[in-house]
Amino acid sequence: MASAVVNPRDLRFQLFDVLGSDALCARARYRDHDRESLEAALDLAIQIADEVLWPNAPIGDRDEPRLENGRVRVPSAIHESVAAITDAGFIAAALDYDRGGMQLPAVLLQACLGVLKAADTATAGYLMLTKAAANLLDVHGTDEQKRLYMEPLYAGRFLGTMCLSEPDVGSSLGDIRCRAVPAGDGTYRLSGSKMWISGGDQDISENIVHLVLAKLPDAPPGVKGISLFIVPKFRVNADGTLGAPNDVAVAGLNHKMGYRAISNCLLSFGENGGCEAHLVGAPHAGLACMFHMMNEARIGVGISGAMIGYAGYTQAVRYARERRQGRPVDNRDPTQPPVPIVRHADVKRMLLKQKAIVEGALALCLTCARYLDDMTTATDEDQRQRAGLLLDILTPIAKAWPAEFCQEANSLAIQVHGGYGYTRDFPVERLYRDNRLNAIHEGTNGIQAIDLLGRKARSQDGAALRALMEEIRADIDAARDLPALAEHCDALAAATGEIEGATAAIGAARAEGRIGDSLANASLYLNALGHIVVAWLWLRQARAADDALRQGAVTDDDAFYRGKLAACRYFFRYELAGMKPAIALLARVDTTCAEMDTNMF
Amino acid sequence: MKVLVAVKRTIDPNVKVRVKSDQTGVETANVKMAMNPFCEIAVEEAVRMKEAGSANEVVAVSAGADKAQETLRTALAMGADRAVHIVTEAELQPLAVARLLKVIADEEQPGLVIMGKQAIDDDSNQTGQMLAALLGWPQATFASEIEFKDGTADVTREIDGGLETLNVNLPAVVTTDLRLNEPRYASLPNIMKAKKKPIDRREADALGVDISPRLAIHKVEEPPKREAGIKVADVAELVAKLRDDAKVIG
Ligand SMILES: Cc1cc2nc3c(=O)[nH]c(=O)nc-3n(C[C@H](O)[C@H](O)[C@H](O)COP(=O)(O)OP(=O)(O)OC[C@H]3O[C@@H](n4cnc5c(N)ncnc54)[C@H](O)[C@@H]3O)c2cc1C
Repeated sequence: MASAVVNPRDLRFQLFDVLGSDALCARARYRDHDRESLEAALDLAIQIADEVLWPNAPIGDRDEPRLENGRVRVPSAIHESVAAITDAGFIAAALDYDRGGMQLPAVLLQACLGVLKAADTATAGYLMLTKAAANLLDVHGTDEQKRLYMEPLYAGRFLGTMCLSEPDVGSSLGDIRCRAVPAGDGTYRLSGSKMWISGGDQDISENIVHLVLAKLPDAPPGVKGISLFIVPKFRVNADGTLGAPNDVAVAGLNHKMGYRAISNCLLSFGENGGCEAHLVGAPHAGLACMFHMMNEARIGVGISGAMIGYAGYTQAVRYARERRQGRPVDNRDPTQPPVPIVRHADVKRMLLKQKAIVEGALALCLTCARYLDDMTTATDEDQRQRAGLLLDILTPIAKAWPAEFCQEANSLAIQVHGGYGYTRDFPVERLYRDNRLNAIHEGTNGIQAIDLLGRKARSQDGAALRALMEEIRADIDAARDLPALAEHCDALAAATGEIEGATAAIGAARAEGRIGDSLANASLYLNALGHIVVAWLWLRQARAADDALRQGAVTDDDAFYRGKLAACRYFFRYELAGMKPAIALLARVDTTCAEMDTNMF
Repeated sequence: MKVLVAVKRTIDPNVKVRVKSDQTGVETANVKMAMNPFCEIAVEEAVRMKEAGSANEVVAVSAGADKAQETLRTALAMGADRAVHIVTEAELQPLAVARLLKVIADEEQPGLVIMGKQAIDDDSNQTGQMLAALLGWPQATFASEIEFKDGTADVTREIDGGLETLNVNLPAVVTTDLRLNEPRYASLPNIMKAKKKPIDRREADALGVDISPRLAIHKVEEPPKREAGIKVADVAELVAKLRDDAKVIG
């Protein structure tokens, strides 16, 4: 039995043959690494995913966290999964060796985390939040805060949360109502409610570190008046031991469609006036602190979307090879045994679509993570800056595109299973429910689209979009002479021209003051540009596969590379071509939706 | 006490094995390899001995091609202190491996040699026994529990009828069964630390033993496909089928 959730062969292909991640070992920070150690990290993630997380995932889904006497109980199987992840060192993997880390490059780290998410994204959520909280304190915390809170987070002794949303405030964080007032001793007293808090309470770790956004009494209105605080569940004494409970109450649990292994809480802070909070960074600079790690967090959500899709695809392929039903259309002899459904053209269509989407989404997220590495460790200053520019424009796409389209892939994985896919006896329905969250949290897809079209595509006079188009054109030029890919090069060149035209038309509408109209089709824009980006990355994959085939890849293995070429062809002919009407709507700055009066619904 | 733990690189147990089209063996090109699972159990046991204080050094040894080094790194990442790599591109059969291991055991003088009861590729289940015979040491195979006291070891073995406990004098050769322990995952920091631990490369040719194959492989085939099952009407028909068709009862 191969991995239940990923194709390790594909991960290696994408990481090394396409993205050349082993070249990172030449950089000072990764000097001790080589392909072997990078693969060892990946293998470890695959092993834990298959042996621990995947078997435990249905338990976390079925026995969702319960509230008992004010405490949240999580099933023991999920304790076991979290321990496997933390003991293996994944929270601290990117840190320096002398801080318990592995100095793992971002692209490898994201691949490893992606594998864990493919098996159980909800459980991996505990790890993601803890890592994000620790990273944030690493950048913005005081030495004392690092010692008391960050170090136990990296060690997995405490788990972390991110408390942004409130019952009445989600997308528009400027309106939050949580308050913090100075207590006179350098600490603050925090009060208010936070909604949707993942991991807001649990019985896995000895303490919980909440990072909470709240407003100080003198806060200016809007997003410029938000401050960031550490609020531990139990106060932490100066020597690191745990003190009294810190007046953080679980007011209720949310009962979710999926993503259930991680508790989701309505938290009430300071009901008794005793919630001690510690300011992180400067007053009113909370959102800026948070956004410091937004790139990574958004790529992380993209990876989740991509890899849940990937797990569904992996399961669908396995099922289609085993399930026998019907006979080939050109040989219906009823005395012959039924054939595995993978032989039917319509099932092939469903599998190929899933493959093209999920492997494309993975390429998108890994490419972003690779740019993260360039942004932080490239030796050349220009290369670092360019990577940052490309990330600006790619990050909203990496967050939203996988969530949008891998959801379709997850739906097709159910379809391939027929009636069985609609039951809880097979994992594909859980994967479908789990993935549905990714379009909602970490900035809804709608908010990402507005960020992309309203800011990222326009900033610095469109410099980021121009850089992206240059990258795409460079790859088109490099593939142009390969007969297998010439058709795709033409299609991609045409599509880039069209999206540039549409962007210019939208810009012109904005310049005329039609700001509302210019943003009305932002989601369509994100999907269309996303398709162009994923098509570009398919062209890259196809070129690497074409190279391997020319060099006479081992004969038994050429199906892998021919599969890559076929998925690339599918993506160009069925998916990218299908975006043409959307791009035409964008170029017209169509206002069908925006013109709706609210009373017309 | 020093523990010598022998490990073998085999096809990853999660990979579906394919027979080469010329039937000379199984396909290993581009196939994921890993440490033989029984060897993982041996490494784990040795590391636990060190953690419990009954051993003070764990030395991993593997014989095989260059890539066997990766398997040794895994052992080092799990907690072995250093490794010996006996390098050879030659095909190695159990007797050859036992002879090579004897050379290393003579040099290292361990108090215990621990190794898998068999490797999942050829399932020979011979190397440990041969090594014990060559060394003239006691052997305890199929271990599911080991306890040390006063220069001896109580080894519980899994045998057909249940469990048998042997008391062996040390040094001895012990081979591991599945239930001995559950091997740990090597953590990320330990994977990096393993890169700094020494691996002593020894050319097999220079060890002065005959490693030429003694067995010839004529042909490798896929196991026969399982036939589809049938439904029987009642117990009488079942008994008849078992007797007349399957011939498993008289
Ligand atoms: C399972 C789960 C886990 C979560 N975990 C956390 C967590 O750990 N910490 C945390 O702080 N939050 C968490 N959230 C909250 C999540 O980030 C919010 O749900 C999200 O930001 C959307 O906010 P909202 O639910 O209030 O929706 P709203 O903001 O009310 O949005 C509703 C709809 O309106 C659209 N919309 C809103 N404003 C605009 C606008 N200006 N222009 C166009 N469209 C708009 C949105 O795109 C969306 O489609 C979690 C949510 C869920 C469901």
